Amino acid sequence: MADIPTDAPEHCPGTASDDAGKAAACQGCPNQNVCTVLPKGPDPAVAEIKERLSCVKHKIVVLSGKGGVGKSTFTAHLAHGLATDHTKQVGVLDVDICGPSIPRILGVEGEQVHQSGSGWSPVYVDDNLSVMSIGFLLGGPDDAVIWRGPKKNGLIKQFLRDVDWGEMDFLVIDTPPGTSDEHLSVAQYLKESQIDGAVIITTPQELALLDVRKEVNFCRKVEMPIIGVVENMSGFVCPKCKNESQIFPPTTGGGEKMAADMDVKFLGKLPLDPRIGKCCDEGKSFLTEVPDSPATQAYTQIINKIVDHCNKFVASKETETGEKMEVGSSS
Amino acid sequence: MSAPMAGTDHLSHIEHVILVLSGKGGVGKSTVATQIALGLRHAGKKVGLLDLDLCGPSIPRMFNLQNQDIHQCPEGWLPVFVDKDQHLSVMSIAFLLEDANDAIVWRGPKKTAMIKQFLSDVVWRDLEYLVIDTPPGTSDEHISVVESLKSYNPDGAVLVTTPQAVAVGDVRRELTFCKKTHIPVIGIIENMSGFVCPHCTECTNIFSKGGGEALAKQFHVPFLGCIPLDPKLTHCLEQGKNFLEVYNDTPTHKALDAVIERLIRIDRDLP
Repeated sequence: MADIPTDAPEHCPGTASDDAGKAAACQGCPNQNVCTVLPKGPDPAVAEIKERLSCVKHKIVVLSGKGGVGKSTFTAHLAHGLATDHTKQVGVLDVDICGPSIPRILGVEGEQVHQSGSGWSPVYVDDNLSVMSIGFLLGGPDDAVIWRGPKKNGLIKQFLRDVDWGEMDFLVIDTPPGTSDEHLSVAQYLKESQIDGAVIITTPQELALLDVRKEVNFCRKVEMPIIGVVENMSGFVCPKCKNESQIFPPTTGGGEKMAADMDVKFLGKLPLDPRIGKCCDEGKSFLTEVPDSPATQAYTQIINKIVDHCNKFVASKETETGEKMEVGSSS
Repeated sequence: MSAPMAGTDHLSHIEHVILVLSGKGGVGKSTVATQIALGLRHAGKKVGLLDLDLCGPSIPRMFNLQNQDIHQCPEGWLPVFVDKDQHLSVMSIAFLLEDANDAIVWRGPKKTAMIKQFLSDVVWRDLEYLVIDTPPGTSDEHISVVESLKSYNPDGAVLVTTPQAVAVGDVRRELTFCKKTHIPVIGIIENMSGFVCPHCTECTNIFSKGGGEALAKQFHVPFLGCIPLDPKLTHCLEQGKNFLEVYNDTPTHKALDAVIERLIRIDRDLP
């Protein structure tokens, strides 16, 4: 997210600088006009968002370059898992504007968002689990959100700035596939408010890994820390004969090898269990519906690793800045 | 549309344009797009395949064309040919990247410009079919392609879904998108419906079943068929092999064949 474009002329002062469009190097640059006209300095929303989210201890972003690998499923179950500890407040923010699935997966489809003096109130799934999604703002299940980038960014800004989450321990942000507007906006708007890290979801086959490697590079470009990679849909156990099949074969070593190659942590594998999909369709938590399955155990292990990372991350930030985070519940 | 026009308009030579759409990601848009392209080629047609998924292009890998480059000619960009007879050509942003792991971190306007260039500058020559693969959603890429194609009277869109309610929910929105933008819906394909265990032949509906068909009925659009979840198909795509040639006697093959036959037939019925 460097302020100087890669193809800029030499000595470009940077697009956010006060000299943008006026420096000697700007003479003859095709974008000089753009730089002169646009307002200077960082978006004021960044500071407002920092203020709003200062009472959120941990922020986790769930990403994947590829679609349909289970980002929303994982987000929902991560939230459910975190919320089993009743002393923790958990929030889920769905920034998939064109295909919001979180309301359905969390079983709150058709709910409405209410407005209060302090902002939009999220929808509560449980006493300690709240959700915000564009799905709550639509008229019906057929409504399509046919928006170009800038409009999507505007809504994401509103979601981050205007939702009244209250005191919260975890905010999990679910994203659409790709490396485009939504992702850049989340990274940019949360620049000041410290993201604990990104969890990158993949499936085992090379066709998915291809896109997921791009996502890892995206995180590096925008300087977002990576918590690790989760391999979803790895191996299917036939409910009848108990034999395992690789539906999405890891022809190039799967997520584990990709994580090692790209030098990021591998958090674990989640098996393909038809009951997970069914729970999502019905808006239930798989973790409480089928508590003794291997998939639940795998989920729990991964969630514990993520919590570990978050605790360490915040602790390291505290020693770095020499002050305690301003979180009421930390006392 | 049949008479080739002079000038640089490369799309006006093309008889049929088919869009492959889905609101949901990872349901098999690219898989369906490649199989449709291959199937049409088998039927003796000249086919072009345009990959508009700029952030996650998968088509080149599915044809084993990872390290190919685009060549320039005076009229524009030459697509990459899959076969020696030059009956199937592909265009994707992946051909323009130096490193396969490079991320395209672009906002909408830049993507829109790229798509316009893909639509105007690729020298397809005299194609009978142009199949266009899209990223998931109803945003920049989709609005741009639909706007640009309006004057070419596209045949319509094939919508791909998987059976579970979460996916069908997003595809409903895509149907609304088609309606709002006046793109005819050729039909809905239900992908990944049912997995037959290779050990005991027990069929498990991993992502449930029947969601696509029910949706087609509810919205009164044609249902083009179910494609089962077949590890053989995934395997072929991973290695860039032609599934329709390697496994020509499987239920998946029959399902794909039926879809392609239907596409050809529907087009013939058009005025």
